[in-house]
Amino acid sequence: MSNALFLLGCPESPVQTAIALYLANKLKRDSIDVTVAGTRSAIALLKVSDPEGNYVSKTVDLDSCIENLAEKKADFDLCFVFVRNDAGISYLSTLSSISDAKLFAIVFGSDADAFASMIDFECEKIVYKTGHNPVPLKKRIDQVMAWDA
Amino acid sequence: MGCIEQMKYEVILKNTSFKECREYVKKNFKEFYQVKPGYRMFDVYLIGVPPVLIGVDGDDVIFPYTKPCYGTFLLRIRGEAEIESLRKGEVL
Repeated sequence: MSNALFLLGCPESPVQTAIALYLANKLKRDSIDVTVAGTRSAIALLKVSDPEGNYVSKTVDLDSCIENLAEKKADFDLCFVFVRNDAGISYLSTLSSISDAKLFAIVFGSDADAFASMIDFECEKIVYKTGHNPVPLKKRIDQVMAWDA
Repeated sequence: MGCIEQMKYEVILKNTSFKECREYVKKNFKEFYQVKPGYRMFDVYLIGVPPVLIGVDGDDVIFPYTKPCYGTFLLRIRGEAEIESLRKGEVL
């Protein structure tokens, strides 16, 4: 079974949790094991929305995740970094340096295009300028990911 | 990154960007070092966009510290051992 990491940023935008659960469901159906790293609030939002772990069964503290990747104690086949601010770009770039995973940037929020233009390293970009409605970003994800379904 | 927050630190820039931190270090400190994201200093792994610049001023290190909801801060912390490692080019 291959595996994937979701690296969640600040959960201020409701799009993040919705897209994380949507993507986790799709990957699970493709037998891809998903681990989610994020802030305490971002993880809490997921756990409240998915109390029985139907979509996300493994979560990890953001700092522990970075430490394990930097120390080469863990790695993933796929990594999806959620980007809606400058800190998201920093985390994405860090993942590019410390992980061998195929990297995806899910860029959203009001400055999505500006942040996407800062990504100048190898990475699949999924970009849509939205903060509240997850549907356009979901459509972009469906265009990029080759679902078996 | 709880350890950093429990140390005695000075915030030089707050709610800033990785780019502004890089430019500030380059402009204001004669001695600085370029490290990769994930470089370990104190007990944390630095988050950032390369090149990540760490300034040295006396016994202090000046470095970017990123929090997901608040952006990047440029901090100054006393770190003689960290300076020695930077000067030796050690990757901790």
